[in-house]
Amino acid sequence: MLCATSRLLAAREASALPAHPRGRAPAPRSRRRELHFPGHPELPPGDFLVGRFTKPSVPTGRRVILRKGRMPPAAGGGLAGSELRPRRGRCGSQAARAAGRDVATEAATARSPKRPALPSSRRFEAAGRWALLALVTLTSFASRFHRLDQPPHICWDETHFGKMGSYYINRTFFFDVHPPLGKMLIGLAGYLSGYDGTFLFQKPGDNYEHHSYMGMRGFCAFLGSMLIPLAYLTVLELSRSLSAALLTAALLTFGRVVSEEPPEEAALSRYLRGQRVLWSWCEAALGRFREQQDTEPRAEHGSKGGWTDTGCLTLSQYILLDPILMFFIMAAMLSMVKYNSCANRPFSAPWWFWLSLTGVNLAGALGVKFVGLFIILQVGWNTLSDLWHLFGDLSLSMVTLGKHLTARILCLIVLPLALYIATYAVHFMVLNKSGPGDGFFSSAFQARLSGNNLHNASIPEHLAYGSVITVKNLRMAIGYLHSHRHFYPEGVGARQQQVTTYLHKDYNNLWIIKKHNSNSDPLDPSLPVEFVRHGDIIRLEHKETSRNLHSHYHEAPLTRKHYQVTGYGINGSGDSNDFWRIEVINRKFGNRIKVLRSRIRLIHLITGCVLGSSGKVLPKWGWEQMEVTCTPYLKETLSSIWNVEDHINPKLPNISLEVLQPSFPEIMLESHMVMIRGNNGLKPKDNEFTSKPWHWPINFQGLRFSGANDTDFRVYLLGNPVVWWLNLLSIALYVLSASVFAVAVQRGAHLPVEVEGLSQVLLRGGGQLLFGWMMHYFPFFLMGRVLYFHHYFPAMLFSSMLTGLLWDTLLRLCAWSLASYPLARCVHVLGILSLLLGTAYSFYLFHPLAYGMVGPLAQDPRSPMAGLRWLESWDF
Amino acid sequence: MLGFLQQPVMVTAEVNLNMVALTAVGLLSRLWQLAYPRAVVFDEVYYGQYISFYMKRIFFLDGSGPPFGHMLLALGGYLGGFDGNFLWNRIGAEYSSNVPVWSLRLLPALSGALSVPMAYEIVWELGFSHCAATGAALLLLIENALITQSRLMLLESVLIFFNLLAVLSYLKFCNSQKHRPFSPRWWFWLVLTGVACSCAVGIKYVGVFTYLLVLGVAAVHAWHVIGDQTLSNVRVLCHLLARAAALVVLPVLVYLLFFYIHLLLLCRSGPHDQIMSSAFQASLEGGLARVTQGQPLEVAFGSQVTLKNVFGQPVPCWLHSHQSTYPMIYENGRGSSHQQQVTCYPFKDVNNWWIVKDPGRHQLVVNNPPRPVRHGDVVQLVHGMTTRLLNTHDVAAPLSPHAQEVSCYIDYNISMPPQNLWRLDIVNRESDTDVWKTILSEVRFVHVNTSAILKLSGVPLPDWGFRQLEVVGEKLFRGYHESTVWNVEEHRYGRSQEQKERELELHSPTQVDISRNLSFMARFSELQWRMLTVRSDDSEHKYSSTPLDWVMLDTNIAYWLHPRTSAQIHLLGNVVIWASASLATLVYALLFIWYLLRRRRRVCDLPEDRWLRWVLAGALCAGGWAVNYLPFFLMEKTLFLYHYLPALTFQILLLPVVLEHISDHLCRSQLQRSLFTALVVAWFTSACHVSNMLRPLTYGDRSLSPSELKALRWKDSWDILIRKY
Repeated sequence: MLCATSRLLAAREASALPAHPRGRAPAPRSRRRELHFPGHPELPPGDFLVGRFTKPSVPTGRRVILRKGRMPPAAGGGLAGSELRPRRGRCGSQAARAAGRDVATEAATARSPKRPALPSSRRFEAAGRWALLALVTLTSFASRFHRLDQPPHICWDETHFGKMGSYYINRTFFFDVHPPLGKMLIGLAGYLSGYDGTFLFQKPGDNYEHHSYMGMRGFCAFLGSMLIPLAYLTVLELSRSLSAALLTAALLTFGRVVSEEPPEEAALSRYLRGQRVLWSWCEAALGRFREQQDTEPRAEHGSKGGWTDTGCLTLSQYILLDPILMFFIMAAMLSMVKYNSCANRPFSAPWWFWLSLTGVNLAGALGVKFVGLFIILQVGWNTLSDLWHLFGDLSLSMVTLGKHLTARILCLIVLPLALYIATYAVHFMVLNKSGPGDGFFSSAFQARLSGNNLHNASIPEHLAYGSVITVKNLRMAIGYLHSHRHFYPEGVGARQQQVTTYLHKDYNNLWIIKKHNSNSDPLDPSLPVEFVRHGDIIRLEHKETSRNLHSHYHEAPLTRKHYQVTGYGINGSGDSNDFWRIEVINRKFGNRIKVLRSRIRLIHLITGCVLGSSGKVLPKWGWEQMEVTCTPYLKETLSSIWNVEDHINPKLPNISLEVLQPSFPEIMLESHMVMIRGNNGLKPKDNEFTSKPWHWPINFQGLRFSGANDTDFRVYLLGNPVVWWLNLLSIALYVLSASVFAVAVQRGAHLPVEVEGLSQVLLRGGGQLLFGWMMHYFPFFLMGRVLYFHHYFPAMLFSSMLTGLLWDTLLRLCAWSLASYPLARCVHVLGILSLLLGTAYSFYLFHPLAYGMVGPLAQDPRSPMAGLRWLESWDF
Repeated sequence: MLGFLQQPVMVTAEVNLNMVALTAVGLLSRLWQLAYPRAVVFDEVYYGQYISFYMKRIFFLDGSGPPFGHMLLALGGYLGGFDGNFLWNRIGAEYSSNVPVWSLRLLPALSGALSVPMAYEIVWELGFSHCAATGAALLLLIENALITQSRLMLLESVLIFFNLLAVLSYLKFCNSQKHRPFSPRWWFWLVLTGVACSCAVGIKYVGVFTYLLVLGVAAVHAWHVIGDQTLSNVRVLCHLLARAAALVVLPVLVYLLFFYIHLLLLCRSGPHDQIMSSAFQASLEGGLARVTQGQPLEVAFGSQVTLKNVFGQPVPCWLHSHQSTYPMIYENGRGSSHQQQVTCYPFKDVNNWWIVKDPGRHQLVVNNPPRPVRHGDVVQLVHGMTTRLLNTHDVAAPLSPHAQEVSCYIDYNISMPPQNLWRLDIVNRESDTDVWKTILSEVRFVHVNTSAILKLSGVPLPDWGFRQLEVVGEKLFRGYHESTVWNVEEHRYGRSQEQKERELELHSPTQVDISRNLSFMARFSELQWRMLTVRSDDSEHKYSSTPLDWVMLDTNIAYWLHPRTSAQIHLLGNVVIWASASLATLVYALLFIWYLLRRRRRVCDLPEDRWLRWVLAGALCAGGWAVNYLPFFLMEKTLFLYHYLPALTFQILLLPVVLEHISDHLCRSQLQRSLFTALVVAWFTSACHVSNMLRPLTYGDRSLSPSELKALRWKDSWDILIRKY
């Protein structure tokens, strides 16, 4: 029996193609099937189906060790099973090697059919394989670590992520729209490499001086350089073809010629800057501040030019989140593929290893950016179809199926979730000092942070007339009721003082509670303390400007159906539109109002509307703070409920309040809400140039880094167009060829064994990659937030892998169909070589873009770059 | 030859009296007292204005949906002889005598009525019993929300009609596929599927979801046809081509046809013109056409032009300048060049005129023969009334400090030389030697010295700039954006040498006549694009709701209240039907998963043909519900209860299917079956009872007392209007 099998294998080797999973049928039937070449008489359909639809066989010799494996199903019952297991995986072959030489030979040949089945040459080949992997890794490392210390000043967004790393080292609380893992890792790398967190990371271009920054950069560069070996291994696993893997590695190395800029942080900083404007306003003189704001963008552009000219080639070299994110995505993909190929040995050590590694990487990807959700969906889909095929396998008992299901739930749901939550636990544990992010969070949350005024708070408990208070909206990430010495612009309701909500703490958030009908100073020591009670009519006076909180029948600036809220009156005397009834939710009339814990509503006495915040961001005139309105719709929503946070009243004794300590799940939920709102806040503005998702794959537009004139030093960001367009073409070609194969199979066409093997690679391996590309690309069409070119890079990884796999397979097909000609084998080798050289040449062609150029614009025919301006929209 | 005479002429007719009865009752329920509230009810105020526009053939732009639905309503108006003279300004306004209310409401009511027998047909074609089919039709018949919605001048019932028609004709097609492919009957239903789909899309964009569902089911069936090895390759190809033609190509053509008719009908200019491009406006009667007729086509050196910004956000406007200068010092302490302001002005004005000047020559008139301006030429732009040159320089713009200020150059004799050369860049050119054409060419002005681009920033200037819009030179320019593109709208060849004459010339209107016709496809693509991108105020509405409120009917909409009595119309569904339909969907999903898992383990509870029927019913009915409901979770616009009605219809169709399945397959003994039947009868009776109780709110024909109204308020979240006397 074994002899027969080896003979068959020898016959198959001659075909120089990857072997297809053989039928589980007994040897004679396989032999018949082996002989099934075009021109040979067809098999009876029944037999054919058996051959085609059975599972990859476990050779007799291997069954011994595969005790835990599945038993052979009844013939014809394994339709799905065969789809699940494309080909024997690496673990399978390792097992085989352990079993004995004959079997090992067979496994090895099955894995790499080009090779003669001699043990010595196998060893040689294995060495070559490792050498190739080492070469790919080395090249990748060399390219990323080359001149890593240059430039010795802050590059672009390092200012954000470096700063956040420092926050971790200093344990100060901050707010960011991304989950914490990436920044924590950066902080950790900095900490381990001896960075003490004292560098300010103020703006791009600041010199690092004596501060140690190489640790953080080196960490990002390390993860960035791991991408290419990971992609290499993934493609190798999916296609079992070295040339495909090599092609992928080359595409990825040369495709990302140009460093990319993740400017969303710039938008975020603009958003935050808008929030911070008035804060600074109070501190700085009016004119000086404006000047500073106006000059800021210029400074940024200038500095960009400054660092790119020293030859920063890829973003992986800098302290950014993207290399970390992409590393986790690729690692999750690789471990998923590996674990798929272990599927014929369930519950073995490698199987558990790869399965749990997938889970760990998923947690990593999601923990860096929410974009990691897409790879989770992909793995989830893969797992579902996997389980579905197992479920259809009648040879497995329900108990075994239960084990399978539990294993996946444990490794792919429980484990990542636990890790993800653990990162947050660490995040909140590390950051226990009050810092710039406090105001984004609720009062209860702030009480956790040492240094915050709510930490171990000691304030008067009940609200009294004359108290100075801050009022915070209960909806997450809305902020404090705020007013400032600026009017609504003309055309926006009445031209009175603006009232907004504002996330940062600032003394423009302070209000004084007064009686509606008397203007006497309630803090006069001769008067008795009078508490505010549920249902009282009050007046809220803004402490800084002495204007009253006011509303009237004018439409609100953004939400047209609500009424405008303004600050009105002089020194506290206004009119009857300043009167509000204060109500506590779920409380009886006449009760006192508690600080922090009472949930209050303010009802405008005359119009009967309720004070609320719509959560919409006001335009520039409102300093991009959030709109406050008086809503006539009395629905009880969180946005119209407030609580009193700070409370100052010298006439009342301060009581140490045991503020509600929020539980960990509450903290998690709240920080997620705040992050989501922050992400949604990054909206593009009118008349602003924004990148659209359809621009990305066609490389429609690059980003101008610096310089506009022919005398300037210009850097223009663009993907390598040859690679990108090849990727695009490959996707179309892939869809075409995959559907041809699918239709052929559906029509019951009898494919020769080699072609069928290739078509399986194309349909399964390629299918996974295409799915990955779609998952990482199409969701962006639905997003309303600001999008940037660099969002496409995870998808680009997948499409490059697809390209490698597709061209290798197509060339093999070509070689097969030309088999009668002597040059047949050369077609494949030549094709791969020319693709490799082509990408390398295009890299050489476009490298000035990355390094920067001086001289006439490319529109000018005299420019040396004129010939490279292949698209009108590239304006370098 | 006359052989047919030898046989008697026989007509054999089979009449399904069920169907006839259902149709009759359907018509009765929908058409009864159709003209009754002789007042504007709810969204009639919205659709009515478009009917008026159609009647007067005035162009309008409505971003809410494609024009077919509006056209159908207008057809009702046309048949009733409506002249379009009614001011649709508020809900509840009495209709004047010239408004044919009955015929305006007729088409929606008819489609609502016909949905009833169609529900019967669909369930029957799905392979279920006549009893289930009758049940489905009766449920649709007594569903109060559907009755309300179809008795008014609204589009949902028409949309539902075409959705159901698409599903029904696809089922008919599918069933004839088994027996006689390529027969006339087969072709008829196939083509009807395509047409019904495009009609549904043509009424509201959400129709596209049903279309995709039908396409998906058709694709699965086609895949089976491919796998059918008894068919020859050629035959399979024919099958695929026929489906592609009828389900993909035909709907696209029909959709285009709607727009063709729409544009054919609306040929006069109207209030929405401004949103469209100059070229589009010029194709409308009496709009820009009146102004631009007879303008010279090619812009030459010496031409007098007005330049309109193509982007036109926030408002369409023209490049403008006037005597005033930028303030020396802005509010925030920054300085300006103190030169003449250049802005973008949303009204026609003599100050919008600019003269295209050749930098090498002094004269401002057109030579004979005129020397056309081409792509890449360097020009100067002279402001007509002040004869100052358009200029930009490295001074920060007033409100967008990262960009350059644009001014008309005043020589103050300080070291700031004029930088007034602009290179013309025709964006939509065909070759590099293209001539600058009036209206048609979209051009950019690239500043020669600084390569800044003339751009509308869209920010209104403060008082010193008369609140006109800021124009800047954008220096860091990233690719194409419409706010940097301008086109010539009005144009004439300058004739006058002297400034005084020229001012007179500028004040005189431009002359005479050739009409410039855009091709249909150009007009279609522009209109469609504007419709999709036009911004509607997403305003909060008192009766707006979220998709989660819909499933269990937690919300309602008050449509109309009688001005004196408390008779009122509400969009309020039959709670029993809504709740049980949702329950049925859940039961279906659970049963389906259960069967699917068991089949996977080779336990077949259902025979193969029953299973396929069960799956198809689920794919179309539960699938129809899902595709018409779930996408609303992703939509950001204001949502109302009536958005749920198409989904609800599909859900109701599923209800008898599930009931019959339970009775046939899950009730094991005769006793159980009888019990179950009794339960179903009781349930149906209660549904009828509820429907009858809510009838006054559906038809609005009876004034209820406050206590009766209070009694009807079964859920706290329902808003039923109770008058306080």
